[in-house]
Amino acid sequence: MRALVVDDSRAMRKIISASLRKLGFEIVEAGDGAEALEVLKSGPLPDLATIDWNMPVMDGLTLVTNVRAAREYRSMTMMMVTTEAEHGQIVRALAAGAHEYLIKPFTTDALEEKLALLGLMPEVAGA
Amino acid sequence: MPLTTQAFDWVCSLVRKESAIVLEKGKEYLVESRLVPLARAAGAPDVSAFIEGVRVGHDRRKHMDIVEALTTNETSWFRDGAPFTAFSTSVLPELKQSRSTTRSLRVWSAACSTGQEVYSIAMLLKDSVVAEGWRAELLATDISSEVLEKGRKGCYSQLEMNRGLPANLLVRHFSRQGPQWQVNDDLRRMVTFQQMNLAMPFRGVGQFDVVFLRNVLIYFDVATKRDILTRVRQVLRPDGYLFLGGAETTLGVDDGWERTLIGRVSVHRPKNGGRS
Repeated sequence: MRALVVDDSRAMRKIISASLRKLGFEIVEAGDGAEALEVLKSGPLPDLATIDWNMPVMDGLTLVTNVRAAREYRSMTMMMVTTEAEHGQIVRALAAGAHEYLIKPFTTDALEEKLALLGLMPEVAGA
Repeated sequence: MPLTTQAFDWVCSLVRKESAIVLEKGKEYLVESRLVPLARAAGAPDVSAFIEGVRVGHDRRKHMDIVEALTTNETSWFRDGAPFTAFSTSVLPELKQSRSTTRSLRVWSAACSTGQEVYSIAMLLKDSVVAEGWRAELLATDISSEVLEKGRKGCYSQLEMNRGLPANLLVRHFSRQGPQWQVNDDLRRMVTFQQMNLAMPFRGVGQFDVVFLRNVLIYFDVATKRDILTRVRQVLRPDGYLFLGGAETTLGVDDGWERTLIGRVSVHRPKNGGRS
């Protein structure tokens, strides 16, 4: 599987990318929403995009809105990964088309559980 | 200083006596790591010294603090995913048919810890049968009064909220209260929290349609497991369902159950509709 990690913090991109690589994802990165759209135009469509909210040039919410409006990107799952933690912001992100929302800081377990909810991790079956 | 054998043995004996939970040799690390915060709070130089102080002090409250520290477990929303999918896609539709006259369901989360399991079930019921006018009652029990108090309050940190809770359920069922998230009142009203030691008789709990007894039997010896499973059958309706943890089974422990697979999840029902 392939994941696009969109965050203006290089350190945060590194953390998220490392966690996803361990789970078997191939990673592409972008430093803002506009760069992410360029990546989407130029390469194979990722299965997952993790998207920060506050970024220069184009913020995460605008990116989500743009991606959702493009039919060719419909199959890509989008998860906001952000420090923005107000109830209304989560509602706005979901309404714009984000599939999940993970609030920073987060643990690896939390990331994996979100991916399981999105069907991007093998679930643990109850015996 | 590492945990002394004498201190470990005394803690094992205390936990066994108070909760019937068996701490085997090799769990010294667990005892030490869980009791470090208590030892620090008490100003003891290390965990062994703390345990010795409690042992000679005969302070009942401190005994229970130790038991609680060793019987409290990490939990998350919709833990393991698949059992909750089985509950909402298979068990619930069947119960909706068989209970269509009474339009009422009772569910027991028997080792509820801080409440994430029982509120996960409550969210599923709220968005299905309760939305259709059914009555749903949930009992949440645990041996630890501390975790019950947290569950009753229904306040969770951001880190706890990140653990497996779908964002669409978060926005529907929780409100921000400063740095915490609070379960909405309509969901809290569905749940009763009550202290209970599963190794003791279940007094006055009534009958249930579904029992979640997940990831707790692993802590008991076989005789206690059998006793608990037998008593669970007595409070589960004959066509009810029991959910156990992924590493737990009724096989070879209590023959009064039959196992059914829902997808990859095993659910357990009283054999012969409870007539065995």
